Amino acid sequence: MTATEPQADEVTDGVPVTIDGVEIMAKKGELLIAAAERHGVYIPRFCYHPRMKPVGMCRMCLVEVDTGRGPGLQPSCMLPVSDGMVVQTESDVAKKAQDGVLEFLLINHPLDCPVCDKGGECPLQDQTVAYGPGESRFVEEKRHFEKPIPISDIVYLDRERCILCDRCTRFAGDVAGDPLIHFQARGNETEVNTFPDEPFSSYFSGNTVQICPVGALTAKPYRFKARPWDLTEIASTATMDSVGSRITVQSSRNEVLRYLGVDSDPVNWGWLSDKERFSFEAWNADARLTGPLVRGDKLGNPTDSGDQLVGASWALALGKAGDALRDVDPEKVIVLGGSRMTTESQYAWAKLAKAVIGTDNVDAQLGDGPAAEVLLSLPRATIDQACAPGGTVLVVGADPKETHGALFLRLRHAAMHDGATILELNPRSSGLSQYAAQSLHALPGELGDVVGALAAGGAAGGCDADAIAAMAEALGAADAVTVVLGSGSLGEDPTVMAQAALRLAEQYPNATFLPALHRANVMGAIDAGLAPGMLPGRRRLAGSTAPDTWGSLPASAGLDAEAMLRKADAGDVEVAILLGCDPLADFPDAALAERAFNKVNHLISVDTHLNLTSTGADIVFPAAASATEVDGTFTNMEGRLSPIARKVTPPGTARPDWMIAAELAAQLADDLGFIDLDELWADFAAASPLHADLSMADIAEGGTEGVLLAGSSISRPPAPNVEMADSSDMRLIVTRKMYDAGTLLTNSPSLVELAAGASASINPAQFASLGFTDGDDVTVRSEVGSITLPVVADAGVPAGAVAIEFNQPNASAASLLDSARTVTTVSLERVS
Amino acid sequence: MSRLTEANVKIAHEIIARYPRPKSALIPLLHLAQEQDGWVSDEAMAHLAELVGVTPAEVRGTCTFYEMFKLHPVGTYMVNVCTNIACQLLGGEELLHHAEKTLGIRPGGTTSDGMFTLEDVECIAACTEAPCMQVNYRYGVRLSTDDFDEIIDDLRAGRTPDKLITANPGDQIPSHGTLGLTRQHLDPDKAAGIVPPEQVTENPVWLTTTKGDS
Repeated sequence: MTATEPQADEVTDGVPVTIDGVEIMAKKGELLIAAAERHGVYIPRFCYHPRMKPVGMCRMCLVEVDTGRGPGLQPSCMLPVSDGMVVQTESDVAKKAQDGVLEFLLINHPLDCPVCDKGGECPLQDQTVAYGPGESRFVEEKRHFEKPIPISDIVYLDRERCILCDRCTRFAGDVAGDPLIHFQARGNETEVNTFPDEPFSSYFSGNTVQICPVGALTAKPYRFKARPWDLTEIASTATMDSVGSRITVQSSRNEVLRYLGVDSDPVNWGWLSDKERFSFEAWNADARLTGPLVRGDKLGNPTDSGDQLVGASWALALGKAGDALRDVDPEKVIVLGGSRMTTESQYAWAKLAKAVIGTDNVDAQLGDGPAAEVLLSLPRATIDQACAPGGTVLVVGADPKETHGALFLRLRHAAMHDGATILELNPRSSGLSQYAAQSLHALPGELGDVVGALAAGGAAGGCDADAIAAMAEALGAADAVTVVLGSGSLGEDPTVMAQAALRLAEQYPNATFLPALHRANVMGAIDAGLAPGMLPGRRRLAGSTAPDTWGSLPASAGLDAEAMLRKADAGDVEVAILLGCDPLADFPDAALAERAFNKVNHLISVDTHLNLTSTGADIVFPAAASATEVDGTFTNMEGRLSPIARKVTPPGTARPDWMIAAELAAQLADDLGFIDLDELWADFAAASPLHADLSMADIAEGGTEGVLLAGSSISRPPAPNVEMADSSDMRLIVTRKMYDAGTLLTNSPSLVELAAGASASINPAQFASLGFTDGDDVTVRSEVGSITLPVVADAGVPAGAVAIEFNQPNASAASLLDSARTVTTVSLERVS
Repeated sequence: MSRLTEANVKIAHEIIARYPRPKSALIPLLHLAQEQDGWVSDEAMAHLAELVGVTPAEVRGTCTFYEMFKLHPVGTYMVNVCTNIACQLLGGEELLHHAEKTLGIRPGGTTSDGMFTLEDVECIAACTEAPCMQVNYRYGVRLSTDDFDEIIDDLRAGRTPDKLITANPGDQIPSHGTLGLTRQHLDPDKAAGIVPPEQVTENPVWLTTTKGDS
C-alpha cells in the first residue's frame, strides 16, 4: 500500500504518518494504535479497546515514535497521531520493550493455561507467543488469591490471572454506568473486586467476560464447557429484544455454548445485555418441546377429549389441526403472537392466516404497544440518529435499560460522552432518568395531555406548567428530535401511547421515531403483515389488492389482540393459534385471557417450550428456535435486516415455524407456494414492495451492518381520543424489568434467579401519609383482581400512582389489569 | 463499627460543599470516618458512598489505595518506626526490635490491651533526625531505646510524652484517626469560588498562554 493509491477507507484531509516506513493518511485526532490497525499494522495490546477511552494501563502497545525530537517509546493507545510522526512498531527497541512488558505481566500470571477457559483464545497467551520471551526468568513465588470467586450470579473472577488492564472496570463504570467492580489496594496488592456483599449485579456483566484479555473473568454458563478450538461459529443476530444486536453463535457437538457480541457500528457496538447473551440456555433446556403434543389420556393415548397432553406424530397433530381449521368461519379464527419468529416465518404465517384461512385476526403484539398503522405512519429513525452527538432524544414510555439493553448503552454513551440531551416522558423514573436532562412523569392516561401541553402550554397530567415549558423549550431549540417510542405502561390502554405519538408527530414535523417495543422481531412481524389490517411491506389491507401469489385477501380488517380475546370471551372464536406466546402470563389482562381461552374450541400452540397457556392447548407443535436452529432474517427496531443463522439442529422433530405454516396450508388443501427458504423469500419479495429488491444473500452480504430498509410511511391516522373515567383512586403503572418470569428466562438456569420480584412503589409523600413502613406487605386490589406484595417508597413514581413490575415470580400484575379501561385504578391495603 | 454519627454527617456535608464535585471530598471524608472509629469500616464506606453519590466499590477502591486508612481496628496509638536507609544506619532496626520486645508484638500487630499497634514504615521524611518514629503521626526524633520506653510509659500513664513533637508543648496525643486537634470550619460565603472543571472558561492567572505568537 502506498499513499498514492487511495483505499476505500482512506481519508484525504487527514494527518500523514509514517508507520514502519510506509506513509499513511490517518484521521485527525485518531489514536496511533487505531490508525495503524486501519492500515494493516497490528500493534499488540491488552488494555486498549476501540469502544472505550484509552488508559495506557498495560504498556504492551509501546512503539518507537519520532515527532522530530528523536525516537522514543510511547504507548500508541494514548497517542493521537500528529503531522509527520514517524513510527517504528517492530524496531529492536520496540520489540525489546514489548518483550519486557510481557515478562512483567507474566510475573504473577499463573501458568494454568491447560485448565483455563481462555486458553486457545487468550490474547496474553497469543501475544506471549508472538512477542514475548521464550522462557521465564522468574523463580520467586507468584502471588496467590483464592481461585475464582463469584463476583455476581453469573461472573467469576480469578484474581491470579488478572493483569490489571482496567477493561472490565472501565466497562462497568464508563460504558454500563454500574461501577460495582473497582481496583482495590495498590502496587503488588492491586486486585479487581467488588465491595463486600455488593455483587457486580449489572445487566451488562457478560461484556466484561468477553473483553477480558486473560482468563480472569469467566461466565458461569460457559465455564469448563469447551475449548475454543472445538467451537464452530456463525454470524447471527440476538433475538431477545428488538435492537437486533449482532452476535456470533458458537457451538460444539451440536450444542450452543455461548454468544459473543459483534461490533456492529450502527447497532450494538459489540455490547450485549446479559439477557441477550445468556438466554441461549433456554434453547438447550430439557423442557424444550421435541415432538407434537395432542390431548390424550393417562396412558398416553391420543383421545379427542383427554385431560392431558400426550406425544403424537406430526401426521396426527397436523391432521387434527387441519380438521379444526377446515370449513371454519375465518372470522372465528384468531392468531396471536409471532414476534419470536424469523421475518420469513412471520410472512409464511401471515400468508397462511390471510390468504389461506382468510382471517385478518392476526396480531404479533399482545395489547402492549401502539397499533401497526400508528407505528408505520411515523417517520422512522435509526439508532445512530437517536444517539447522534449533540442531538436531542425524547424517550416516551420506554425504559431501554430494562427492555433494550444495547440501545440503553448507546443512549447512555450519547448522553455521557457525546453531548446528547435526553428528555424523558415516562410514567415513572427509568434507567435513563439519571442521564436525562429532564424527566416528566405523566399520570397514567394523561400522556397525550402532557404532549399537548408541550405545544399549548399550561400544566397537564400531574406535571407543572414550568416543567412542561422547560421541556417544550428544549424540544423547540433542537434541530432534530428523535423520539424513542416505547410500549408505555401496561396499566394503560395502548391508545394512550398512540395518541401521544401521533400528537408528537403533528407538533414536531421534523421528529423521527425509533420504536422500542417489547418483543423481539415485532417490527419484522409488522413488515411481514403479521398485524391486523396490514399486508406485507408496510401496506394497509384496506384498499390494497391481493399480492399476485396470494389469491385472496380477508374480507375485512381484523381485530387486535385485545379485541380478539373479547371476541373469544363472547364465545365467538372457534380456533385460536398461539405463535410462541403466552397470553395467560403476558397479556395485560389475565382475567380476560383466561375467560377467552376457556371458551375457545380449539387451541393450537406453536412454541419451543410449554407455557401457562399452551399447557391447556389441544394441539402443540414444537418449533425450532428462531435464534440458533433456523436460517432467516431479523428485522430490528430501525427496520434493519440482519441474518439469523442455523447453527445446530433442532431437538427431536421440531421444525421451523414457516414449515409448520406450509404443512397446515397443505392440510387445508392449499399451498403456500414454497417448500424452501429461497422460494419463500421470492414469494415474500413478490408480495412486499419493501423487500422486492432484496435477497437473503444481500442481507448476509450486508456484513455487521445488515441492510437498512428505506422505510416508506403510510398515511397518518388521526390521533385517537382517550376516555378517562374521573376517579380519585390510585392509578396503576405497570412496567417491565429485564428479568421476569417469561418462558425463555425461566428456562435459562443462569438467569432464572435474577428476577427480583415485584413490589408496589409509591411516592414517598403518599407512602408516609398512608402510614406504611419499610418492609410492609400490601394487598393491591383492582376491580378485577388483587395481589399481595411488598410496598416501597420511590420518589420516581408520581403522586397518585402505584408502580408494579410486570410478570414477576412473586406476583403477576396482569391479574390486576382491566383492558376495558383506559387506566386501571387500584386501592392499597396493608397486610397485618 | 458503624456509619457516621449525626454530628459527623453534618461535618461531612460541610466538607462536601467545599468541592465542585461531591466525590472529590472522599479522602477528607475517609479521614472523618477514621477519626470517628479509629479505622474505616465497610459500613462507614457504604455511608460515604451514599453521601457523595458513588458506589461503595469506588469508595473502597480509593480507601484501600492509601495505607494510612486502616480497614481493621487498630490500637489507640499507631506506632510507626522507620527502618529506611537513614534510620537504618543510625539504629532504626534496633529501635524496631526493641519496640517489638517492649510491646510484645510484631509489626502489624496490636497489643492485647488495644493500646498500641506497631508498624515498620518506609521513610517518614525526617532523615536528618534519624532514627525516628511516629505515634499517631506525631514525630519522635533521634530516639534511643530508653526514649522509646519513656514514650510508651508516658502514653500508658495518660501523659503527653516529652519526646514527641506536638504543635504546642503539652498537646495531648489524640487517639488514632484524629489528625488535627482543632477542626477548621470554612464559612461557605468565604470559600473560594467553586467552579466545576467543565465550566472553567479562562486559564488560571498563573498560566500565561502563547496563543497568537506564531
